[in-house]
Amino acid sequence: MKRLLIALMTTAAAMSLAASAQAADKLKACWVYTGPIGDFGYSYQHDQGRLDVEKALGDKVETAYLENVSEGPDADRAFERLAREGCKIIFGTSFGFMDPEVKVAKKFPKVMFEHATGYKTGDNLGIYNARFYEGRYILGQIAAKESKAGVAGYIVSFPIPEVVMGINSFMLGAQSINPNFKAKIVWVNSWFDPGKEADAAKALFDQGADIIVQHTDSTAALQVAEERKLKGFGQSSDMIKFAPKAQLTSIVDDWGPYYISRVQAALDGTWKPDNVWLGIKDGAVKMSAYTNMPDDVKAMAQATEKKIVEGWNPFTGPVAKQDGTPWLKDGEVADDGALLGMNFYVKGVDDKLPQ
Amino acid sequence: MMRLELVKRPQRSMLFSALSPFIAFGLTIIAGAILFALLGVNPLNAFRIYFIEPVSQVWQLHELAIKAAPLILIAVGLSVCYKANVWNIGAEGQFILGGIFGSAIPVLFPGFEGPLVLPLMLLFGMVGGAAYAAIPALLKTRFGTNEILTSLMLVYVAQFFLDWLVRGPWRDPQGHGFPQTIQFNDSAVLPELMPDAGRANWGFVFALIAAVLVWLLMSRLLKGFEVRVLGSSPRAGRFAGFGLNRMVFFAFLLSGALAGLAGISEVSGAIGQLQPVISPGYGFTAIIVAFLGRLNPLGIVAAGLVLALTYLGGEAVQSALGISDKVARVFQGMLLFFVLGCDTLIHYRIRLVGMALTKGAAKLEAAPKLKEAR
Amino acid sequence: MDITVNILLTIATAATPLLIAAIGELVVERSGVLNLGVEGMMIMGAVAGFGAGYLTGSPWIGLLAAIAMGAVFSLLFAVMTLSLATNQVATGLSLTLLGLGLSGMMGTGFVGQPGEKLPNLYIPVLTEIPVVGKLLFGQDPIFYISIALTAAVMWFLFKTRTGLTLRSIGDSHTSAHALGIKVIRYRYLAVMFGGACAGLAGGHLSLVYTPQWVENMSAGRGWIALALVVFASWRPWRVLAGAYIFGAVWIGQLHAQAFGIPVPSQLLSSLPYLATIVVLVLISRNKRLTMMNTPASLGQPFVPDR
Repeated sequence: MKRLLIALMTTAAAMSLAASAQAADKLKACWVYTGPIGDFGYSYQHDQGRLDVEKALGDKVETAYLENVSEGPDADRAFERLAREGCKIIFGTSFGFMDPEVKVAKKFPKVMFEHATGYKTGDNLGIYNARFYEGRYILGQIAAKESKAGVAGYIVSFPIPEVVMGINSFMLGAQSINPNFKAKIVWVNSWFDPGKEADAAKALFDQGADIIVQHTDSTAALQVAEERKLKGFGQSSDMIKFAPKAQLTSIVDDWGPYYISRVQAALDGTWKPDNVWLGIKDGAVKMSAYTNMPDDVKAMAQATEKKIVEGWNPFTGPVAKQDGTPWLKDGEVADDGALLGMNFYVKGVDDKLPQ
Repeated sequence: MMRLELVKRPQRSMLFSALSPFIAFGLTIIAGAILFALLGVNPLNAFRIYFIEPVSQVWQLHELAIKAAPLILIAVGLSVCYKANVWNIGAEGQFILGGIFGSAIPVLFPGFEGPLVLPLMLLFGMVGGAAYAAIPALLKTRFGTNEILTSLMLVYVAQFFLDWLVRGPWRDPQGHGFPQTIQFNDSAVLPELMPDAGRANWGFVFALIAAVLVWLLMSRLLKGFEVRVLGSSPRAGRFAGFGLNRMVFFAFLLSGALAGLAGISEVSGAIGQLQPVISPGYGFTAIIVAFLGRLNPLGIVAAGLVLALTYLGGEAVQSALGISDKVARVFQGMLLFFVLGCDTLIHYRIRLVGMALTKGAAKLEAAPKLKEAR
Repeated sequence: MDITVNILLTIATAATPLLIAAIGELVVERSGVLNLGVEGMMIMGAVAGFGAGYLTGSPWIGLLAAIAMGAVFSLLFAVMTLSLATNQVATGLSLTLLGLGLSGMMGTGFVGQPGEKLPNLYIPVLTEIPVVGKLLFGQDPIFYISIALTAAVMWFLFKTRTGLTLRSIGDSHTSAHALGIKVIRYRYLAVMFGGACAGLAGGHLSLVYTPQWVENMSAGRGWIALALVVFASWRPWRVLAGAYIFGAVWIGQLHAQAFGIPVPSQLLSSLPYLATIVVLVLISRNKRLTMMNTPASLGQPFVPDR
């Protein structure tokens, strides 16, 4: 028995030695997710990006991830663990990881860090984000065309700039088609609670909305739309499988190309901390196939998409704030700083922003 | 057809008292090995990464202390509750309120600095936790409302309250609209014990002190005797002149204050500001810690460290072997199951008997009340 | 009119899983056992229901799988607390922990897959009656099961001999044992019934409410079910009322927001929980009534002496 144990131990030790020897030749790229990769939403899409890296760079890289990392002291530990375990480049994918990542990055100057959706940078800490609001402008235009009632139901998670920016962009898009367009807003105080999202969708439909938009991660709201034979938009990933007759389009987060380029840069030794905000043009924000709509609406959506790719910004004046005070003059384009810290509504939003 | 039969031992078995944690741990390892094998991982390698690696590096020992500190603090308070037969399962909410109350000082008076800040914050945190725990205590003593449910419902309310605070009135005006308060000034941050070696802060020391004090209270002082008597037999306690309502308040306030202290220590020491979420479920995990430690404050220190290890180990196998983080939860559940099951051996002998033999006449004897903690 | 009907239908969908899980737990508690593992059994039922439905293509098989999984999983609790006399509170909590972890592991392959949905009832003519047609004859099958279950449990507990025996065990296991009643066997069956109900409630989540599998999709509903049992002071029809009141508050807060009522959404979101506390207090103020219905030996382990 004892001999067997020793034999097993030595094989185990040999195996782990072999593993680490192998690892030495490869670049280790690591990810930290705030949700489970099984959310089929935000964290899932980041993990798809990780898998894209594995696919594209093959033998040259090795990847690892930590999921469900709570934004607090657990996050500090997660980054420190990955840095100590030999990760050469680490991606933190949630806003709440900002301060932990700043701290750990200072401690490990030789490791390359990247943080999504934050604003603090460092000598070895770059930031990246995606301009989801570009897609939301297109959703607004489609909604205004497709809604018979002229009212959309908008399910939202938390009042952070990212979400507020999305609501505003959606409304600007809708008003460009129908100046009287309205959106009813429900905060579910969760990124991910299918039951509550479904209930919110039902409540919004019952109150007269006939199209549903969401800034939450589950497919539940779209499934309700499908059942009620109404329309809606997907979020984060293409949800057409869940609502073949209801999904008009979906804003898909595609982090793959960015992750591949950054890991490649790390391999080549050309990595430098960066501050990028990627949009439709860069392929990070993708519109899934325009479905369940007439050809002219589809053509309009594609035209807008093309305009955005060519450099047009949905936040181009004249735009007034909710109380009617002017914000952007005619032709004035909002600067990125103002967008990233946005905490007010534009004119026409029928809700009071939680302060 | 066979079935299990318990035979009460005349007195608790010292042998199994000592052995049961090891048997339970052994069973967990066996079940874990099967689990890892099913997942297609070499169990020995997995165990090495899971249990050995986290305690073989200094920085990880610090992380272990950080993770264990709130669990021990809360569980020590809960052990008094459960011994007194008071079922506070809302420590998570008391933790949050402690964090909020304590943070009020650095958030509302950012210019206030000096050596007085930290003690005041800790005091506020304890008051906040105790005050929140007083609600279910009041409802129980005044109206007889079930405290399991009220304390649990108050957890959700506390979470929404914190969420509202950091997104609304307490939001950092310079924070780009993100839901966080300002970073605390230096004199409001709980210092690290050995800054050069790792991040562990004074919270762990508080946990150890609390464990020793509560242990003294329970084993050496009259109050501890009162708790145990009232917990195991309220009637006997009443005859002895102990007040049941006073006891409910005592248990809730003590555990609330300790949970509140854990909350503010975590916010001030490990995070440094208030966020929408300040606890990954410490208040609930601490319930498990309390039982793993058999409601003995010193046992809880060991249990808190073991449970913290399952978290750290869970992360280690996740990043090293790509095993899902759910494994850590399954491990915790199994460990607790086995510990509870093995502890039965302390009070009972287990016999396997055939069905036919059990049809003996029943005797009229009071069933042993095990509700009292062992 | 249509909007009222729709809101009532939404409330019914939200209340059904709570009702089923709570009715099951009610029987368990009436037998004198406190199982805090409802959340864990529910989520196991949800993953089994989704998985079986997805793999076989039949939501009905999914439904059966959910029930079976709930019952089997509760057996773990039964062996621990009944045969080994472990602390029920701690055992129930670890059951929840284990359920959340195991279901996450089992469900890895189901993420992102559209599942099977149980079809709503449709009876020609009847379902098309204005207003009441959809409410009475157009809901999902589990809704009808939940109502029938409530009635059946009411009849069982208060009109049958076995029900009387079960209640007497909950009130005093020692006297029941003295009378020659097989306390442990009754409790095993009660716990498994509770497990089956919790599993069915989970099946409702993944086969009707939101036909998909995601981790933690029960989102605390098992705990609400537990609260409902106390809220109802262990009376089946009050569980029914409680589930629908809770459902109404839950849906009502979303409607209030959609309507544009300027109250912080966090306050609205905490309303259901605050309402539960208030009602619990109101119920428990009537001491005589509560005492009368509370199973006296609730939560206390029983070891037959011989």
